[in-house]
Amino acid sequence: MTRSSALSAAALVLVAAVLAWLLFVGLPRWYATSRAPQAPAPTEAAASPAEAERKIKARLFYVSDDGRSLTSVEREVPYGADSGAQAKAILEAQMAPAAEPLLSAVPSGTRLRAVFVANGEAYVDVTGDVISALPGGSLNELLTVYTLVGALTANLPAVNAVQILVDGKEVDTLTGHVDLRQPLTRNPEWVQ
Amino acid sequence: LKPRPQPSESIFLIAIGLAASVLMLASRLAGQGAAPGLTLLTRDGPRPLAISVVSDQEFVALDELAAAFQLAVREEPGAVSVSYKGKTIVLTPDQTIASVAGRMISLPTRPVRSGGRLLVPIDFLSRAVGPIYDARIEVRRASHLVVVGDLRVPRVAIAIESLPVGMRLTIDASPQATSTLTRDGDQLLIKFDADALDTTLPAPAPQPFLQGLRRVDAVTLAVDLGPRAVIYRSSNQVIDTTARLSIELLPPATETAATPAPVPAAPAPPAPPVLPAADPPAFGQPTSAIRTVTIDPGHGGADEGARGVQGLLEKNLTLIVARRVKGLLEARLGLRVLLTRDDDRHVAFDDRAAVANNNKADLFISLHANASLKPGATGASILTAAFPDEARTRQELVPERVPVFGGGSRDIELVLWNQAQIRYIDQSAVFMRTLQERFQGRVPLDVRPTGRAPLRVLASTNMPAVLVDLGYLSNPEQERQLANGEFQGTVAQAILDAVVLFRDYLAHGAGAER
Repeated sequence: MTRSSALSAAALVLVAAVLAWLLFVGLPRWYATSRAPQAPAPTEAAASPAEAERKIKARLFYVSDDGRSLTSVEREVPYGADSGAQAKAILEAQMAPAAEPLLSAVPSGTRLRAVFVANGEAYVDVTGDVISALPGGSLNELLTVYTLVGALTANLPAVNAVQILVDGKEVDTLTGHVDLRQPLTRNPEWVQ
Repeated sequence: LKPRPQPSESIFLIAIGLAASVLMLASRLAGQGAAPGLTLLTRDGPRPLAISVVSDQEFVALDELAAAFQLAVREEPGAVSVSYKGKTIVLTPDQTIASVAGRMISLPTRPVRSGGRLLVPIDFLSRAVGPIYDARIEVRRASHLVVVGDLRVPRVAIAIESLPVGMRLTIDASPQATSTLTRDGDQLLIKFDADALDTTLPAPAPQPFLQGLRRVDAVTLAVDLGPRAVIYRSSNQVIDTTARLSIELLPPATETAATPAPVPAAPAPPAPPVLPAADPPAFGQPTSAIRTVTIDPGHGGADEGARGVQGLLEKNLTLIVARRVKGLLEARLGLRVLLTRDDDRHVAFDDRAAVANNNKADLFISLHANASLKPGATGASILTAAFPDEARTRQELVPERVPVFGGGSRDIELVLWNQAQIRYIDQSAVFMRTLQERFQGRVPLDVRPTGRAPLRVLASTNMPAVLVDLGYLSNPEQERQLANGEFQGTVAQAILDAVVLFRDYLAHGAGAER
């Protein structure tokens, strides 16, 4: 090996080492430093009180003045990390006691047991109070059902239809009118 | 329907029928006088049993009974013992008391001797022979039948009544027996799933719709159609333990459709155009006129529905109004009207739809009362069905060509039971608007009088169907109005008027859609 060729080989090795350091150590460090303020890791977010109170705006549904349909109001609800968590947050806000003059079509005392979102459909499981505390009449039942359907379909693009379950089971109807055997899509007829 | 009987079973049934006829005739010719003999119906076939009348009492000879039931008869001084497989009846001549397997029974009259034979009263069969015999013995005195064992021998009663246009046969089989109705030329054959029939056929004078009724074999009756009976419609209904088959014999559809409705109070519908004489429709095809209406009184039983502040219950109100509507439609239009419930009881949703579907109703009206969280809400409203994926389902309703019995093929639409209403959404909307129009000015209407919703009770109905909310029980003033009999009559009249208009619409405007 000549002296010049030995120098060339040494230079190549040095360049390769520098490039390798840049690629595997320097660049990730720089990237992590530059991203950190914008996208904290979920564990860090959970630990931060400011992030826990993060809100989104959602449309919630209440009985209209003439009592014949639903009208929507915009309210802040807690942010949910995924569509299931977000659906839960929206429904809990929707089912919370409504402040005057708002009137909720969901009977007071009804609680959310669970909600699942899959393939564009949400399954909303509520307690039996939704039946026992619901006064009769097709209109009351329609407004209750479409309050729950509207709260999810209007706010979550991932939800096209909602099936209501009561105490974990499928039901025919709540009080004898609205067919709940399959997921229901939003129905503008019952929403102003 | 139950499976058809096997050939050997058919031969057995025919044999029973023929033998019964021959034996009945023979016993009459044999000079039994005014008392026709009994016919024993057993698994081995029918067998005659002569009756002797002594002092106006009917008796059977003990030796004949012994032969028929393999009884061993032994006469001893002062007593007669009758045995079957170790069990014994001890008769004491001149006594109405007998011992049957150690237990005392009484007979309506004493055994008598006649011509050297010992005669026992007919009730001896059921009271004495029955308890010691292996099989049940049922004596049907009215029809002179003795049914031995578990043979199915329903009593079949046939009533004939005239309709405004046509005739109706109502055939009640009790205990309920399934029947199959088929047409064979100018006769309708009704074959019962039974071993024999206990029936006396009425003999009506030949009429334009009905020539007569005949017995074809042990389990088959024939209705001979008159020249005007071009169409027949049938329906099955179970009432307690009776299976009721109703058959309407009707003239061509065009004739009934053009018949003006005798409703003086109804708004004058446009004069029906004279329809061209069409070919008579095939048997069993639907016609455009309304013949059968199902009224569904909402809720019932433990499900009270809405409750008014003064205590009026939705389930009671809907039943009262349903009965009024039924009375009006039957009396004024001569329609056949079925209620999904006629008392205070729970009826499942699918059973409500089944009453309409199984009876081929032409219209379904579900009656309800409303309630609102706003006490000021008032007025009636009418809803039709909606389905979540309606547009796609309707597009997929492409007629399918299927082979039909007797050759050829027919286009039919296959639709799921729980989406049957989807085919009638447009017609239901027409009836909804007609009702709205007829309510206007007579029955207060809601601010939103019509609408669509996924209504459970309408989903499976296979005919135009609506749900009528008569008013708001949550409104005290409206509750008083709904409880008023005069107001209920007004509602019923408005519904009748709407049915008249809708019938005309179907007959002239939308016949092609059906």
